[in-house]
Amino acid sequence: MKRFTLFNITSLTLGFAFLYVPILILIIFSFNASRLVTVWAGFSTKWYGKLLQNEAFLDAAWVTLKVGILSSCIATVLGTAAAMVMVRSGKFFGRTLFSGMIYAPLVMPEVITGLSLLLLFISLGVERGVMTIVLAHATFSMCYVSVVVSSRLVSFDQSLEEAALDLGCSQFDAFKSVTLPIIAPAVISGWLLAFTLSLDDLVIASFTTGPSATTLPIKIYSAVRLGVSPEINALSTLLIGAVTIGVITASLVTKRAAVHRKRHEEMARQAEG
Amino acid sequence: MSTDPFRPWEDPQATPLIRFENVTKRFGAFVAVDNLSLDIYEKEFFALLGASGCGKTTLMRMLAGFEKPTEGRITLNGVDIAPIPVNKRDINMMFQSYALFPHLTVADNIAFGLKRSDMPKAEIAGRVDEMLNLVQLSQFAKRKPHQISGGQRQRVALARSLARNPKVLLLDEPLAALDKKLRQETQFELMDIQGKLGTTFMIVTHDQEEAMTVASRVAVMNAGVIKQIATPDAIYERPNSAYVADFIGEVNLIDGKVTSGTEKSCKIIWQGGTITAQPRAKLAKGTEVRYAIRPEKVVISASKPEATNAIKGKVLDIAYLGNISTYHVETDSGQIIKAQLTNVRRLSQRSFAWEDPVWLSWTETAGIVLTE
Ligand SMILES: Nc1ncnc2c1ncn2[C@@H]1O[C@H](COP(=O)(O)OP(=O)(O)OP(=O)(O)O)[C@@H](O)[C@H]1O
Ligand SMILES: [Mg+2]
Repeated sequence: MKRFTLFNITSLTLGFAFLYVPILILIIFSFNASRLVTVWAGFSTKWYGKLLQNEAFLDAAWVTLKVGILSSCIATVLGTAAAMVMVRSGKFFGRTLFSGMIYAPLVMPEVITGLSLLLLFISLGVERGVMTIVLAHATFSMCYVSVVVSSRLVSFDQSLEEAALDLGCSQFDAFKSVTLPIIAPAVISGWLLAFTLSLDDLVIASFTTGPSATTLPIKIYSAVRLGVSPEINALSTLLIGAVTIGVITASLVTKRAAVHRKRHEEMARQAEG
Repeated sequence: MSTDPFRPWEDPQATPLIRFENVTKRFGAFVAVDNLSLDIYEKEFFALLGASGCGKTTLMRMLAGFEKPTEGRITLNGVDIAPIPVNKRDINMMFQSYALFPHLTVADNIAFGLKRSDMPKAEIAGRVDEMLNLVQLSQFAKRKPHQISGGQRQRVALARSLARNPKVLLLDEPLAALDKKLRQETQFELMDIQGKLGTTFMIVTHDQEEAMTVASRVAVMNAGVIKQIATPDAIYERPNSAYVADFIGEVNLIDGKVTSGTEKSCKIIWQGGTITAQPRAKLAKGTEVRYAIRPEKVVISASKPEATNAIKGKVLDIAYLGNISTYHVETDSGQIIKAQLTNVRRLSQRSFAWEDPVWLSWTETAGIVLTE
């Protein structure tokens, strides 16, 4: 069978066009010299320069970065811990419920997650700001981390940890010196995933933020309501770049670790054979 | 070496180093170790033999601290070890799967336990070198576990568990992946280490020759219980049950019935005739017994020999094993009895061939009368 029929090529092109043409247009127009978004007036990087002078955008970028780093770190610690419990403790009372509860936020509508967190913060009387967004983001991204890490832990040979204990390690030392270095690629890609999720979240952030903290997505969203400016295009391009790099790095880290493992197994087999 | 043999288990005054007292281990409803009691003395080289899945690893894991006995207790130097966590027990284990740390080099693997002991930092490198030399892996010190062969990995695992110089060392099939020559060298190395350091070894093995070579005592396990504990020669020459006789080495098992007997001698009737044997105790007339005789104790001859036990048959099959041959002889009554001969002559010149009529014979003391 011919693989590249006219039909196949057309549908492929259309599909990709549907996905990426809007983004491509956005990127192209971020280099537009004209203020008018829809009229091309030659190539220029001036909007990027303008962007760097825009205090409000820079502030928002700083907030986003802070939220992203903090929340993804918290999510990584919690998600890894949850994964350890899920994979390791075998059967215990309420295990199914527990695992279901960890994975539920993956399919929970963001609006509901955001709203419930908002209600929680209000009832606790917490002042909303950077910290509340951090907590909210950590909450929803930890389940992603936990999925990534537990899929690695399933294939982790537990006798390695036992050997570490046998050689004098405490439980924590065994985790730190043996388990963590071995599952590190999964933990890192979990972190990157959490960071990326935090970076582009609008809904949950808008629910849990206060007047003092505006993240980039919120900023962009509110700016766009006053009209699309080339500055926004430039900013969005940068964001797209950041997210792309994050996702690609995460998948590369995972893939490289898998390839590595495979090669090691291959070599081991050859050495034995 | 002292002249009196090392036999602390025969000394009623000696206190065992390790004691399993009525230990039972269940996984759910499955009984992996069944009400097992066992004493192991200091400086022993204790070998555990048994079919796959009979609970050998489980027994070791309880001693190392990875599993808790469901019932009973284990003591080390008279102290119940149940409350002592794995990392505080002066017991090291070499895992059946080696469990080498893949992210560390061979040298770092060996140093791992030393860094967590009270050994001064300055001495660690020296100790690692010493262990590398011992297992002949000095040139692989900088490699990662996946860059060496299976047998080399096994030696790294051995070196790593030995490095800390534990009081008790548990070896779960430590030499299975080594070729015969290296295995023998390592066996002697282990015995040497044991002689030098006085470590108490407990070794699981599927290789009975290995158990015979290294062990001070051998225990044969089956389905979570110990069938017999004895010195290697005793377990070979005087097994207490058909299971043990059959498990250790080759054996002919003949079912029969005691027709008459004293404490010294008895007659057993079986399908192929009558056997005169020496029982361990007086057996009542009519007792159902199994008579066990090792193939190497059965003599083959062309004409009727002058022996207490003799039987006629014909050669059914010959298994050539290099140094010896095993002859499968079918008796006139249809049973098959194995006899072994050393191949003193070349293959083409052997005295008996297929279908040859032969006589099998053995002395009164050659076999064993078993009642279980
Ligand atoms: N964690 C566990 N949960 C359930 N059953 C187990 C567990 N560990 C061991 N068993 C069972 O207990 C029995 C004894 O296992 P064990 O590993 O001690 O066997 P073994 O004598 O070491 O066998 P081998 O010679 O194959 O290594 C086996 O039937 C095994 O399936
Ligand atoms: Mg085992």
